[in-house]
Amino acid sequence: MCGIVGLFLKNPKLEPQLGKLLSDMLETMTDRGPDSAGIAVYGSNAEGVKLTLRGPDQAALVETISQLEAVFDRSFAKTARDTHTVLSVPAEREAKIRAWLKENAPGIDVVSAGKRMEIYKEVGLPASVAERFDVAGMSGSHGIGHTRMATESAVVTNGAHPFSTGLDECLVHNGSLSNHNGMRRKLQREGLTFKTQNDTEVAAGYLSWRMREGASLKEALESSLTDLDGFFTFVVGTENGFAVVRDPIACKPAVMAETDDYVAFGSEYRALVGLPGIENARVFEPEPAKVYAWERH
Amino acid sequence: MPTFDLNSSPLRELNQALHALRSDTNETHWTVNHPEGRHAIAAGLDAPITVEIEGIVGYYCAGMNKQASVLVNGNAGVGVAENMISGFVHVRGDASQSAGATAHGGLLLIDGNAGARCGISMKGIDIVVKKSIGHMSAFMAQAGSLVVLGDAGEALGDSLYEAKLFVRGSVASLGADCVEKPMKDEHRELLYAKLKNAGLAGEVDPSDFKRYGSARTLYHFNVDNAGAY
Repeated sequence: MCGIVGLFLKNPKLEPQLGKLLSDMLETMTDRGPDSAGIAVYGSNAEGVKLTLRGPDQAALVETISQLEAVFDRSFAKTARDTHTVLSVPAEREAKIRAWLKENAPGIDVVSAGKRMEIYKEVGLPASVAERFDVAGMSGSHGIGHTRMATESAVVTNGAHPFSTGLDECLVHNGSLSNHNGMRRKLQREGLTFKTQNDTEVAAGYLSWRMREGASLKEALESSLTDLDGFFTFVVGTENGFAVVRDPIACKPAVMAETDDYVAFGSEYRALVGLPGIENARVFEPEPAKVYAWERH
Repeated sequence: MPTFDLNSSPLRELNQALHALRSDTNETHWTVNHPEGRHAIAAGLDAPITVEIEGIVGYYCAGMNKQASVLVNGNAGVGVAENMISGFVHVRGDASQSAGATAHGGLLLIDGNAGARCGISMKGIDIVVKKSIGHMSAFMAQAGSLVVLGDAGEALGDSLYEAKLFVRGSVASLGADCVEKPMKDEHRELLYAKLKNAGLAGEVDPSDFKRYGSARTLYHFNVDNAGAY
């Protein structure tokens, strides 16, 4: 199962409502995957890089960040949300900060990094996850949500989607891959690192690798159709883009709706019912093995 | 003429009310408002009634239908009219995958497109799709007819038994053991009857269609292959 939702706004006037619309969509998909949930939101533009950190609790994050600030002898802008904190750091310091965290704060994970993207994910029902992070209060240009029914690796926060392996890049997945172990080894040889044994993380890494090698998002997704084996419906976000692809067999469900104001994705139509103007939207099922991509300039 | 609003009453109440109807009921026309993609709306009916659904339905709408006419004024999700025994299901929009799957009888009419696996394992239903159908349609289809006014996707009729397939447009590819067969007068007559049943008599010319059926090499035991077992 697993439930996916995605919303890409064309009309900036809807941006303050992004979090509310997205969390409502995700909650509707609860019975497709009740064990963990997560969202990626593309919000305000950071001066440097936004690192979304996750710890066992807020106190641990506060302690780690104050140590970090002492070591780097400066304070960083930060926004705390439950077990996550978004830290804005200068781009040139990012690598050093990550290295320090890895060395000195083993309980703290860097969930995502990007100029605009923030990722929040936890074990639990979508409604409680959305409430803990106040997703409804978030604004942004686009966002992706996932509610998971684990089939292939453990029910842990690190197994929850979205996965990110590159700046402002995230991916959610419904399905299961069968060649992820071989692909993970190949990508590790290319210098990528993985945090889990999860198949979806490999798919995210694959796209990051392809784009690092110069492919556009659309080209990277097109080549995933030959290089990744298994069942998948992917929804992908980049700093300004949003894309959808289904494997050639297309067992995993997908419904899309497009209006002048937005493009929306749902595993089922039910997820789209609450969107403004849905009555007059063009509702369609994305075709198998065809990449759908939107970009905002 | 009962009207049911699924935003104010639970779906289970609707389906229980429909299941409770006897064959001689006077409540023969039901209207369902705000379906909003809910699953299994009007599934398991067994009475000569009409249920009109105003909007988009989710999975398995009108599944296992017997006798009833179910009209969907919108799109239908996965498995519309799956396992239908008799009656009539009309989708005025598009249908998702596995429309009419495993169905034994009745007529499924889709005004728009149908997704992948339309008529998979069909066992006697007549399906008429006014636009196109997706890949792997009529997979292992055993009996009945599938009439497509538009195009068919990849692997049409893979491992087909005796269902009769008629496609007016292009076929992306044929599945294993599915072949094009000559369109003779008897087939044009059969197709005309199916079109007429769907209210399309005179609107569509049966001569414009191509006929596809089973080459019958997969489901008959071939003694030359005995060594393989």
